Amino acid sequence: MQLESLYQEIILDHYRRPHHKGLREPFDAQVFHVNPTCGDEVTLRVTLKDAGGEPAVADVSYDALGCSISQASASVMADMIIGKTVREAMDISGAFLELMQSRGAGEPDEDVLGDAVAFEGVSKYPARIKCALLGWMAWKDATAQAMDGRGPHGRGDAATAANATREQI
Amino acid sequence: MSGVSAAQQAAAAVDDAFAARLGAADDTAALDVEAIRADFPILGRAVRGGNPLIYLDSGATSHKPRQVLDAERDFYTMHNSAAHRGAHLLGEEATDAYEGARVRVAAFIGADPDEVVFTKSATEAINLVAYAMSNAATAGPDAERFRVGPGDEILVTEMEHHANLVPWQQLCQRTGATLRWFGVTSDGRLDLSNADQLINDATRLVAVTHQSNVTGTVPPVGEIAALAHARGALVVADGAQSVPHRAVDVAGLGADFLAFSAHKMLGPSGIGVLWGRRRLLEGMPPYVTGGSMIEMVRMEGSTFMPPPERFEAGVPAAAQAVGLAAACDYLDGLGMAAVAAHEESLTAYALEVLGDIGGVRILGPLSTDHRGGAVSFTVEGIHPHDVGQVLDELGIAVRTGHHCAWPLHRALGAQSSTRASFYVYNTHDEVDALADGVRQAQKFFTAQ
Repeated sequence: MQLESLYQEIILDHYRRPHHKGLREPFDAQVFHVNPTCGDEVTLRVTLKDAGGEPAVADVSYDALGCSISQASASVMADMIIGKTVREAMDISGAFLELMQSRGAGEPDEDVLGDAVAFEGVSKYPARIKCALLGWMAWKDATAQAMDGRGPHGRGDAATAANATREQI
Repeated sequence: MSGVSAAQQAAAAVDDAFAARLGAADDTAALDVEAIRADFPILGRAVRGGNPLIYLDSGATSHKPRQVLDAERDFYTMHNSAAHRGAHLLGEEATDAYEGARVRVAAFIGADPDEVVFTKSATEAINLVAYAMSNAATAGPDAERFRVGPGDEILVTEMEHHANLVPWQQLCQRTGATLRWFGVTSDGRLDLSNADQLINDATRLVAVTHQSNVTGTVPPVGEIAALAHARGALVVADGAQSVPHRAVDVAGLGADFLAFSAHKMLGPSGIGVLWGRRRLLEGMPPYVTGGSMIEMVRMEGSTFMPPPERFEAGVPAAAQAVGLAAACDYLDGLGMAAVAAHEESLTAYALEVLGDIGGVRILGPLSTDHRGGAVSFTVEGIHPHDVGQVLDELGIAVRTGHHCAWPLHRALGAQSSTRASFYVYNTHDEVDALADGVRQAQKFFTAQ
């Protein structure tokens, strides 16, 4: 079975015991994203801080309903980007998106992606890519809103957010 | 419901007869499934892991037998031309093929051919009615019957596929009418306890599924139609999940309109049907406009053809119509009673074997009483995407998600579900494989 290459142990671990889950205060922006094809949803908050004159990710908190891939992906993402500068986190996000679009032909850089390399197998299953990207796209949207000064306590529009997720894929 | 009239009793009798046909197993010859499977080339291919294909997703779309593929190929090979245009031989043959298909489809549902409108899908068929109703605001006096506005009510159900819900939400938004709906009971039936309040003098149209694409529930459309007609309301039945699976006769249906799709009944994609009562179609303004549907065109304005042409703008999908007619031939060759009996047997078996698995919750009725062959379920602790992924690995194709019926899932307390749906080519062994696959998913995800 190919299932093990898709559902690597790291993914199953994060799925069973998600990190950083739960919505926390305070936050600079909050978004609600859905995957319209399956109804999976994530509410995600970001808090930014100043790191030597550069914006950085102070916290990412989220509440999500969804499959193992989407849950684990949000958990790994939070692990990886909390504490990074926004610029660094956006680079990781870009590398992850590239990996997801690789149709199984990507060569993920573990130095950049860390545990997120475990999602390499997802790229071979086009129907699941949106699952893996749900949390990342929500984070990008929330961060953009926070940077635009729409936060704190800004609220993303669900329909726009869903479209944003689609356009990225 | 109080105050049951003779008409309602008659309608209930029709509903019961329909339900009886669902279970009319005794006097029908069993399908020769092995011979049927040989007609479907795609069932011979291997899928992931080299596994044979176990296709349990016919509720989404069905496969096509060689006879349907051949009919389409023959049209393109020998008769391809634009129907209803040109006086050349191929044009005549294409027109004959297209209109012949209309006669064939009409016979399949007991309708008159000029009551059969070809659309691109069941979805478009429903939109056609919804847009005709808002277009009626600016159409002539013939369209009076279809006008809706503030104070009027459109009644739907919480059980609907989005295709029989969103068009009515949008109609209300365009016209100022109010959307109301029947709820569902915890076992996935329509809650008709407040039917007398919901169907009232303000009700202009009732849109209801003829069989749920999630729970398989068969609502009493005839009974609802009798109540609606007593208040002067129109009735639209969504037959996308009923017409492919059992004999549907519009004469006994009760509804005024019936929408269905070819691709769910062994036919091609790209064509659907709206059946409507002639006197109603005659008063309806068009939805899509352009070539074919006009009577006279001047720069200042145009007049339109009578139905069904009024609703068929553009070059007709003749090859698809021919394919649909071939699908009707194929299904009638099997006998729709036998088709229904076969699916009932599979459904009963699936309800039993899935129901026996700990942690599995079946959405909707647990018996085949007034229930067709869509079996949706949740598996405790495992998201449907993950269940579906394990099944896919085993070569088993199912639907996962909300199946375009998000409100119904919410009403049943499920975020999403896994759905197995059956057709003429499915076997009891495939149902066993499904149950084994669900157990494997449980093993995989609950390990450690």
